Order: sequence, then structure tokens, then C-alpha cells
Amino acid sequence: MSTNKSTKVEVKNLTKIFGKRIAKAKELSSQGKDKSEILKETGATVGVDRADFKIYDGEIFVIMGLSGSGKSTLVRMINRLIEPTDGEVLIDGENLMKMDKKKLREVRRKKMSMVFQNFGLLPNRTILENAEYGLEIQGVDKDTREKKAKDALETVGITGYNDEYPDQLSGGMQQRVGLARALANDPEILLMDEAFSALDPLNRTDMQDQLLDIQERLHKTIIFISHDLNEALKIGDRIMIMKDAKVIQTGTPEDILTHPANEYVENFIENVDRSKVLTAGNVMIRPMTINIEKAGPRLTLNMMKANEVSTAYIVNNQRKLIGVVDANDVIKLVREKKGDITPIIQTKVPTTDEDTPISDLMDDISQTGIPFAVINDKKQLKGIIVRGAVLGALAGNEVSDFE
Amino acid sequence: MNSLLLLGAIAKLPLADWIDNFVDWLVQFTGFFNAVTNFIGAINNAFQWVFDALPIWLFIVLVLALTYFVNRDKQNWGLLIFEFLGLLLIWNLNYWRDMTQTLTLVLTSSLIALVIGIPLGILMAKSHIAEVILKPILDFMQTMPAFVYLIPAVALFGIGMVPGIVASVIFAMPPTVRMTNMGIREVPDELIEAADSFGSTEWQKLFKVELPIAKTSLMAGVNQSMMLSLSMVVIASMIGAMGLGTEVYFAVGRNDAGNGFAAGLAIVILAIILDRLTQSLTRTRRKN
Ligand SMILES: Nc1ncnc2c1ncn2[C@@H]1O[C@H](COP(=O)(O)OP(=O)(O)O)[C@@H](O)[C@H]1O
Ligand SMILES: [Mg+2]
Repeated sequence: MSTNKSTKVEVKNLTKIFGKRIAKAKELSSQGKDKSEILKETGATVGVDRADFKIYDGEIFVIMGLSGSGKSTLVRMINRLIEPTDGEVLIDGENLMKMDKKKLREVRRKKMSMVFQNFGLLPNRTILENAEYGLEIQGVDKDTREKKAKDALETVGITGYNDEYPDQLSGGMQQRVGLARALANDPEILLMDEAFSALDPLNRTDMQDQLLDIQERLHKTIIFISHDLNEALKIGDRIMIMKDAKVIQTGTPEDILTHPANEYVENFIENVDRSKVLTAGNVMIRPMTINIEKAGPRLTLNMMKANEVSTAYIVNNQRKLIGVVDANDVIKLVREKKGDITPIIQTKVPTTDEDTPISDLMDDISQTGIPFAVINDKKQLKGIIVRGAVLGALAGNEVSDFE
Repeated sequence: MNSLLLLGAIAKLPLADWIDNFVDWLVQFTGFFNAVTNFIGAINNAFQWVFDALPIWLFIVLVLALTYFVNRDKQNWGLLIFEFLGLLLIWNLNYWRDMTQTLTLVLTSSLIALVIGIPLGILMAKSHIAEVILKPILDFMQTMPAFVYLIPAVALFGIGMVPGIVASVIFAMPPTVRMTNMGIREVPDELIEAADSFGSTEWQKLFKVELPIAKTSLMAGVNQSMMLSLSMVVIASMIGAMGLGTEVYFAVGRNDAGNGFAAGLAIVILAIILDRLTQSLTRTRRKN
């Protein structure tokens, strides 16, 4: 997040009502009736209800909410694919609603590009031709646009597929092309409507990482729509939560998690963010342990080989954690025909207890890669936490390796 | 019951008179219709001139080569053999010139149907009002017995190839219009949004997104139009459009089943060749 925030996009009182009796629906909405009441009384659907917010230059702004909450409608009003019923959108202070067709086209060509949920690639064009589309319609000459499109494809990690067609690529690859097409224009703003929602979890995680990578280099202003809180927490500098056409809360991920605006957000967080609920005890796995009072280097090495591990946890008769040994050190001891493993035990092992939420551990685990040892108040080793199991648990897989 | 009696009691509506009057009124624009006649005649003659100038063997070779070319990714040898034998048969039966006349009529009317029909289809896809107006007209054009078109066609364009072509165009155009409309309307919303969000003009969207994606549907319409105009050749022969239709028509008059069937068979062969060729054009083909 930038510290000197300059506003890139400002949305004021933005409203969209679908259907016929719009004046009546507006009146009801200003009287405080909600979306379903208005639908019942007028037949009109409130898509977005008086949204007010600012998006800062260079941030990833995630708009989040359940299906039907108005996210797509909102983002499409930001480039006027949907004509608002009311309100304003200012891009760099310029009012989008006051622009004529030509000016609007210019803004769409130069300032913002969109990435779509189902990729929106043209099936009759090759990958390269798809990536060139935005430049082609601006009349950029063939050589230049080809070069820029190739650069963009390279940025997203798609090389060697220039002459393939979209349906020859996997979903993840297609969406990379979608992103490349948007980047080829070198826009200041990226609009991404559930861009990763159609991908399988692995691909989605990949794309999220890649987007963060790209953002590190390019510093775009990204408006990202998602219905997945984990995704929002991961990539968002700020998150805006919508419900039934209304904006409920806007804030940093930290804000949202620590000060949910109301019960709705609270429930949302609990239901979706498993890292808040899962504790170390839920995700730990059984480590390979060696009882220092029984085993010397040779037995240790044999047991490590049998279990195919490179690290073993050393405990005493009471299962109290002493430290860890590394396979290489054990091998050395065996070669030197030494009888005691005490000298090679590393005693500086990060520890935690079973009730610690894994969200508290995540940073350390993902940065250091060293497993946490889970111990109880008697310092007895209960389990260890490895990175893979944490990610698996977050993605909703049960940890089956323990007991 | 009562209302039926009442209907019978009312004098017959002079609908026929009105239409006659309308056609009579149209006839005064002779200058315009002459110009159209000349224009259509010119297209027709151009096609015919080419077919007359081509030696028969070269014509056959060209048809085979074209078939080979449009199916280059997935060769259809059966079709090539059929075309070769079929065209030899037409030659052998001495129907060659009739066949080229029929082909000329079909190509000319299909071309006109396409040039008018595709823009109409686009208009229909883009404008709700156009769709509301055009839909019943298209239904009417297609369900009115094709025979009926001959009468005003003769009144306005005289006797010969041109009124035959005009009647064929009216009868054959609806599928092209319809399928163009449908093809464009069926382009996925996301692709339209993609085109718009990158700042395409309406024309760019049409030519770079909508038409290429509607192509399969559009070509299916063209194929249907071509088949319908081929189905008109016997009817058109009654007002002097020469070709295989004339042979069939005369055979009917002479109660000559043998020649009638022979000429009919030649029409079938031509139909199959045209159908398969346009169908192959419909398939989407890729660069690699
Ligand atoms: N073209 C439309 N016509 C009528 N109602 C629409 C239209 N588009 C969206 N809506 C309605 O507006 C609301 C918000 O939809 P949308 O913005 O697509 O939600 P989201 O993207 O959050 O799932 C929904 O109730 C939806 O049914
Ligand atoms: Mg949506």
C-alpha cells in the first residue's frame, strides 16, 4: 500500500437499478427499503445502491461479496459497460459520466483494461492475435503490437503458444492470456471480475501469486472482484465488502479481520477464513521421534532411513522435546564411529502450543520453512506443523496424517 | 356461428384488386426496374460468359480442385469421385449448357440474397425495432407459395432470366437473414463486453468479433439460401429462365418421364455439389 495515497478512481453515490419502475424504486430505496422489498413492490432489481468509495493509485482493491451482491454491476459501471442509474465515477478526477462516446473509448483504450471470469478470449484468434486485440483496434502497426503482445505474454509466463488457439490451452493458461491481453495496452487500471474464480484451486493460487509478482513490478491500480475471502485477504491492499447491492465495509485485511463492521462480516470471516478457526492442533502431523535415552547415531540413522525423513525430533523418556537432528550430521557421527548424538542436536526449534490459531504462525512458517514443534505445558512433543499441511488445511483438506 | 354467417354476408374484400393496383402503380417506375433488370442481367451474363468460355474438362478440374482445396485438412475422396462421375454424366446426357445456366441462376440469386441478406441480418441483430418489423416479413416471404412471386416479377422485370432470379432471391433470402441475426445474437456476452471494454468502435466489434464468431451460423444460412434458390429453378423456368428447369418443365408438358427424370437427376447432382462445397466452407479452419 502506498503511504502518500493519491486517488485514482473515485466513486460517488453510484447506483444501478435494473428494470422498469426506476423512479419508484429509487424513492423506496431512499426511504430505506431493502433490495428484496423493492423487488417485490416494483419489480425492479437494485444492482448497486449508492456506493461511495475511493481507490488509491497503485493499490489492489478487492470488492468482495456473495453472488448477486452487485460486484459485477459495480465494476462494469467503472468502465461504463453498464450505464449507471445515478452517481459519478471519477478517473483521475475526470467524470466518466460526462464523456462522449469517443472520449470514453479513448479512456477504455488507454487507461483501463478488463479481465473476465470466463476469460473472454476470441475463439477464432490465436493466442498472439488475442493478446494484440487492444492494440489492433487502436490502429497500432503490426510490428509494434506484436512486440508488445509478446512482451505481455512473457510477463504472464506464456511463451511458445503464440499460434495456438484458446481452446487448446488449459483454463489457467487461458486466463494468463486474458491478463496478457489486458496488460499489452499498458493500462493504468486493471478491472478483474472474478478473474480466478473459474480456475481450480492450484491454478488459482498460482495466478494469485503471479498477479502479486506482476504488481510488484508494474504498480497498476487493480480492482479485483472476488467472492473468496481467502483470495481477498491474500491479494488485497484494501477490501470492500458488499451485500445486497450495498457497501458494508471498506478497509485493510487487518481492519476487516480485527474490526468487522457488523455481524454479517463477522459471519463471513468465520465461515470463510479457516486460518482464524484452525489451530495448530488441527493441522499438526506426527513427527519422527528418537528417544535420546535409547538410541545412538546408528539406530537414529536406520530409523530415519526407514521413515524417509531428513530431520528427526529428539525426545527423552518423558517425550519432552530436546531438539532436532539433521540426517547429514547423523551420517557424519556414524562415519566417525561416535556413540552419542547429543553434540549434533539443534535445540533452537520454534515451538507453539495446540491452541494457537495457525493464522498466527502462517507468516513464520511460510517465510522460514522450518516446521513448528507443537508442545504442551509439560514441554512434551505432540506434533509438528509443516507448510504443506497448513496450506492443505486452509484449502479445506482434512489433515489425515495424525493418530 | 353467428359471426361466421356475418362474415359470409359481408362482401368479399377486394384484396386482389388492391394488390393489382399496387403492382400497376409500381409499373410506372419503369426506369428504376429497367436499371435493376440491367444490373442483375449483367451479373448473370458475367457468370454465364465465364462458364461458356471454360472448356468442360477445365470446369470439372476446377470443381475438383476447389473441393480438394476447401477440404484440405480432411480430404473427402468419396465426394471427389461423386463430383467427377456426376459432372461426366451431365456432360454425357448433353445437359452441360443447361446445367451452367442453372448454376448461373443459382449463383446470381445467392449472391444477391447474400449481399442484401447479411446486412439485413446484422440490422435485425442490432435493432429491436428492425427485428420486430422484419420477422413477419421473412415468415411471409418464405411461406408464400413461390409460384406467386412469378406474377409481379414478370410484370416488373419482363420475361427471362432476371425475373426468375428476382423470384428466387425473394424466396431464398430469409435463411441468410435469419441465420445472420441468430449468429450475431448468440455471440457470448463476455466477448461483446471484451470488445467494448477494450474500446472497439461498433464497426470494429462487428468485423473483428461478431461476424467472425457468427460465421458458422451465417454460412449455414447461405447454404440454405443456395439450396432454396436451386429449388426455384423449375418454377423460374415457367417465366423463361433457361436451364435444367426448362428441360424438366418441357418434359412435364410432353409427358416425357425419361427426360424429366434425367434433367431432374442433373439438378440433384448440382445440388449435392453446391451443398457439400458450401458446407465445407462453413467449417472453421485453423492456421496450424
Ligand atoms: N442485466 C440485468 N438485468 C436485470 N438484473 C440484473 C442484470 N444484471 C445483474 N442483475 C441483478 O443485479 C444484481 C447484482 O448482480 P451482479 O452485479 O451480477 O452480482 P455479482 O457479480 O456480485 O454476483 C443481481 O440481483 C442480479 O440479478
Ligand atoms: Mg459477478
